[in-house]
Amino acid sequence: MISAIVSIGFHGLAFAMVLYLISVGLSVTMGLMGFVNLAHGVFAMLGGYVMTSLMTRYGVPFLGALALAAIASALVSIPLERFLYRRFYGGEELDQVLLTMGLVFMSVAAATFLWGPLTQHMQPPPWLSGQFALGDRSFPVYRSFLILCGAVLVTMLWLGLERTRFGAQVRAAVDNLRMAQAVGINTSRLFMITFALGSGLAGLGGGLGADLLSISPSYALQYLVYFIVVVAVGGLGSIRGPFVAALLIGIADTAFKYLLPELGAFFIYALTMALLLWRPQGLFGRA
Amino acid sequence: MSKAALETRGLSKSFGALTVANGIDFRLESGARHALIGPNGAGKTSFVNLVTGALTPSGGTIHLGGMNITGLAQSARVKHGLVRTFQISALFQRLCVLENVALAIAERDGLAGGLLRPAGRHRRVIEEAYHLLDSLGLADQALAPVNSLAYGRQRLVEIAVALGLGPKVLLLDEPAAGVPSSESGVIVSVVERLPADVAVLIIEHDMGLVFRLARTITVLVQGSVLVEGPPAAIAADQRVRDVYLGERKHR
Amino acid sequence: MADASPTAKAVVINSFATRHRFRLVEALPWLVALAGYFLLPGYLSLGSQIFATILFVLSADLVLGYAGIVTLGQAAFFGTGAYTAGILAANGWGEPISGLLAASLMAAAVGFLSGLIILRTTGLALLIQTLVVAAMLYEAANKAGRWTGGDDGLQGMDVWPIFGRYPFDMFGRAAYVYCLAVLFLGWLIARCIVHSPFGRSLTGMRENTARMHAIGAPVGRRRLVIYTISAAFAGASGALIAQTTSFVGLTSLSLERSGNALIMLIIGGLGRLYGAFIGVPLFMIAQDRFSAIDPVYWYFWIGLLMVLIVVFACGGVLGLLEQAQKRFRR
Repeated sequence: MISAIVSIGFHGLAFAMVLYLISVGLSVTMGLMGFVNLAHGVFAMLGGYVMTSLMTRYGVPFLGALALAAIASALVSIPLERFLYRRFYGGEELDQVLLTMGLVFMSVAAATFLWGPLTQHMQPPPWLSGQFALGDRSFPVYRSFLILCGAVLVTMLWLGLERTRFGAQVRAAVDNLRMAQAVGINTSRLFMITFALGSGLAGLGGGLGADLLSISPSYALQYLVYFIVVVAVGGLGSIRGPFVAALLIGIADTAFKYLLPELGAFFIYALTMALLLWRPQGLFGRA
Repeated sequence: MSKAALETRGLSKSFGALTVANGIDFRLESGARHALIGPNGAGKTSFVNLVTGALTPSGGTIHLGGMNITGLAQSARVKHGLVRTFQISALFQRLCVLENVALAIAERDGLAGGLLRPAGRHRRVIEEAYHLLDSLGLADQALAPVNSLAYGRQRLVEIAVALGLGPKVLLLDEPAAGVPSSESGVIVSVVERLPADVAVLIIEHDMGLVFRLARTITVLVQGSVLVEGPPAAIAADQRVRDVYLGERKHR
Repeated sequence: MADASPTAKAVVINSFATRHRFRLVEALPWLVALAGYFLLPGYLSLGSQIFATILFVLSADLVLGYAGIVTLGQAAFFGTGAYTAGILAANGWGEPISGLLAASLMAAAVGFLSGLIILRTTGLALLIQTLVVAAMLYEAANKAGRWTGGDDGLQGMDVWPIFGRYPFDMFGRAAYVYCLAVLFLGWLIARCIVHSPFGRSLTGMRENTARMHAIGAPVGRRRLVIYTISAAFAGASGALIAQTTSFVGLTSLSLERSGNALIMLIIGGLGRLYGAFIGVPLFMIAQDRFSAIDPVYWYFWIGLLMVLIVVFACGGVLGLLEQAQKRFRR
């Protein structure tokens, strides 16, 4: 019994970290730019593909491939934001939905074209494989690594947001965009950098989580609901919100799938609906 | 004391430490021509929002023709004859002027929920909408989309929509706001010719308009009523001058 | 402010009051459809699919184009209808028309219940709720394999001949007429709704919800009504597809299905009733051609088309026609 709980907690936590890494960028950019970006998963997918290709085809070591995956996603996001997304900030929600859905569809085709229709497999490097013992229980090393990465990144993000000038600017702009512009914050540059950071993080999450959220051409479509739900439940424009939401959803999803596999993800959705009904702006969002 | 068309007792609203309404006691008599003035941030639009139900009060009650409407939803208050216009035009921009008014009249008559007969068959509604537009000088643009009209004309459409609802109490939130002075004359004469049995409350900054239209003036400052009375008394009141000119206070 | 002349007044009022009258051009789609029956006997099954899909996209137009409710979950109702008709047919009751009615009612019930819960919210929260409802149903269908066939889809449907005389065969003639008739009925109803005072008030809700509240309209109630009606239409279209193909798969509840409906709708143009009639055939015929050549690239081009439409031609085909018409008149 306890063993099951620990196991669920552990795997749920690892899953939560991956979800968080991917979704935090979406939460901040949606809160910052007021833009419904359904194509966010594409960056996670890109990160996953870049990392797995580098590792399997070119033998790039794990950490290097991971870094390159994040950078690739960040770089790709820059022209997308500048030349396409920017026109629709503060615009009709429907336009944003249609635009980003179109991009998702394009990504499915592009991924199939570039990497084929099959799922990409990621083998963690030997120093991260296997199990390690803690007391009389053994835990998979890679999942522990995921949890560690998540914890480190959350801390860095929080510090970055609370302690740096850039972070202060982001917070100001999320709170009141016009005011931020009025005090001289270069919001276009802010958008671009934040978007790139968010997409880079998503790429990182996609790469790290490649064995949890398998990398295939329909990735962005398949897992869209998960990312959107984490963001919606957590609240837009925050980094704490998606963290709590990811924990809730990651652990609950793992728990339900383990304990009640006949119902699968059903409960997650019911939970989400209930939460959004109670607080439509999300747990940490602004009303 | 006779029933007032609109009355508030101890109406209050606070957003945390910010108080926008501080125990306001207000009476609007039947057939009144009443103006609500005050410096920016005095809480005039908040007052209208509270009275119409767009904002929920923190305290106090609101009465329409003697009936307590404090708990009623916005649309229910409209059904009882409490109608407002918006400071920034809130119209159906892509629909034609005639339709904007027709929609309001259809709601008033309870016809708007009908699913079977085409809207066009309700001739009476359309004719009434047309006559209303005609009386305001808007008939020549009846079929034009609202967003093609000059802003001053859009403000007139705003008033037409409000009139189409058959109001007993009409709250005009800065009807001439944003309108160039060349066009505001029309709005003024429209307000002057409103039916005598409608109680009218105007929020305005333009003192010329206020003194021309109002028989009673209430001065609101920081959520509280400073003074109330006929125009001559208000114009002569030193406190009002202080509030607007502020010179004596801030030297 | 002189009174307008009586003739000017009559012109204006007449013009406004007769917007709902049938115009000759509206007979066009039906004539084309009838012609198709005789002239293109090899494409009858594609035709049936097109009619059923038009009904589906019409349902999306009612709720999105007219009422302005942005939803990515129309597939929830389509799939409910499809599975209802499918499960009935696979378990002994294959009568198509009653199956269709049952499917439509079931979908309407789902629409009503989910609408009751989620329509209190607006904007992004609402959009996500629609996604979640559809995802819930997808998951439920996936897991309830005994009834739905799960991942493999529902098989073993036995659909009886219409009126006991016209079987659904591989020539597709019965299916064609059946789908066309149901679409015609749906179109009549939709047209009636759209031109009614209720329908006009929906347009008001889409244009300026705050103003609708301020004129005393019961906005929440009306949204729920149109959401339910739209769900009924979507359910009917799902049943049509199920009955004419004798198969129901999980894709009938997928995000892709909802997304495709949106694409077809914006190609044709939102909120103009006929957007579905233009967008669906264009999309489905192109898809039919393209999938034969290269199914992968289809996704790419359709995605690109969506992006281009949003950037350049927001009103779709009908919007472009309207603009051209205006320029022509000057």
